[in-house]
Amino acid sequence: MPDLVTELGIDVLFKGTNFLRLLGGLWSALSISLIAVAISIPLGIIMGVLMTSKSRIIKAILRVYLEIIRIMPQLVLLFLMFFGTTRAFGWDISGETASIIVFALWGTAEMGDLVRGALISIPKHQYESSEALGMTSAQTYLYIIIPQTVRRLIPLSINLITRMIKTTSLVLMIGVVEVLKVAQQIIEANRMTSPNVAFGIYLTVFVLYFLACWPISLLAKYLEKKWS
Amino acid sequence: MDGEVIMSYLPLYGEAALLTVKLGVIGIVFAIIVGLFCSMIQYYKVPVVRRIVSVYIEISRNTPLLVQLFFIFYGLPRLGIPTDAETCGIAGLAFLGGSYMAEAFRSGLESVDKIQTESAYSLGMNRLQTMRYVILPQAMSVSIPAFVANVIFLLKETSVFSAISLMDLMFTAKDLMGMDHNTVECLFLLVSFYLLILLPISIVGTVVERRMRRAGFGN
Repeated sequence: MPDLVTELGIDVLFKGTNFLRLLGGLWSALSISLIAVAISIPLGIIMGVLMTSKSRIIKAILRVYLEIIRIMPQLVLLFLMFFGTTRAFGWDISGETASIIVFALWGTAEMGDLVRGALISIPKHQYESSEALGMTSAQTYLYIIIPQTVRRLIPLSINLITRMIKTTSLVLMIGVVEVLKVAQQIIEANRMTSPNVAFGIYLTVFVLYFLACWPISLLAKYLEKKWS
Repeated sequence: MDGEVIMSYLPLYGEAALLTVKLGVIGIVFAIIVGLFCSMIQYYKVPVVRRIVSVYIEISRNTPLLVQLFFIFYGLPRLGIPTDAETCGIAGLAFLGGSYMAEAFRSGLESVDKIQTESAYSLGMNRLQTMRYVILPQAMSVSIPAFVANVIFLLKETSVFSAISLMDLMFTAKDLMGMDHNTVECLFLLVSFYLLILLPISIVGTVVERRMRRAGFGN
């Protein structure tokens, strides 16, 4: 068995602080997505509420924003932010900052659409019935609309979080040192002594991402079933 | 922005776009095959294989394409499985897309009422006929929105192919930016070409979605 571990290059993981370094790399990717999530949830809720407003202009502007963000691959958005805006406006932002901005813009758009969908899925008679019962508009929202919206919204937004975590793997391409970059460094350093290190290390990265996303997906599935 | 620079880059981007579309289309076709296969196995509840399929779906949906590609491209050859970049890109897209397509088809299949199958059987249709003439057409119209979303998603995902040194649109943009520093022109072309590929599909998708919804039986 130890032979197989060496053969597949997995032993490199236990040399020095390699495994800890990989975890550190994963954390820097995760922290980018977590910050972006923290920004996009409140902004997304605001956007979603605005998208159901009566003003056509606001609706149209937000719709265009959503479609622009949606149709471009996230990597293109990262390139635009990291190479494009720095060139056009002459400012200087790090890869991390650029990633957080892009993911927050993207997350806000997607979250906004989820909130909009949840809000319009509440039938009109819910509003009317609570009004007929003499509730004020604040009470209607607090006791009737928001509890129902949140139940539809939470599983979907949790799915959005896993999508964000997965997409953070792209920040490698604009030079952020995250788990794949650390993996490349470890592989470079150990190539001579352990020829199959690429297999072991990339397998580890694969498993790490899976372990980061899977529990979150399970939670989303569980909540979806429970509340449906 | 410099028009001459853009003109001189056009052929390079054109080639790259063709590669992006080619790999995307082949990958998506394989993803559809994998997805159909997996959804059928889940629909008919084939023992054992069904478990393997659900493990595959969980793994594929919970890992990023970039990590899958690195593993396939740099990891697998170490075990003696040789892969060239194009095959690898297609395989990665099929591996990722298979699970998304499977989910889309599965939700369609599940939406068809059981009474439909029973009625078809009582009319003397066999399993294959029931699937082909009764279940699939109805399931399709339910699956179409998710299916279209998946196609666009997978085409967008091809943007990471540049990481395994395939000369796609991203690769070309980055390469030219590094060489000539015409950042604005390069990015302008990058966005334009992606729009050129994705916008028509998105529009056609919306139209198809609207027409297919009428195909639903009984509503």
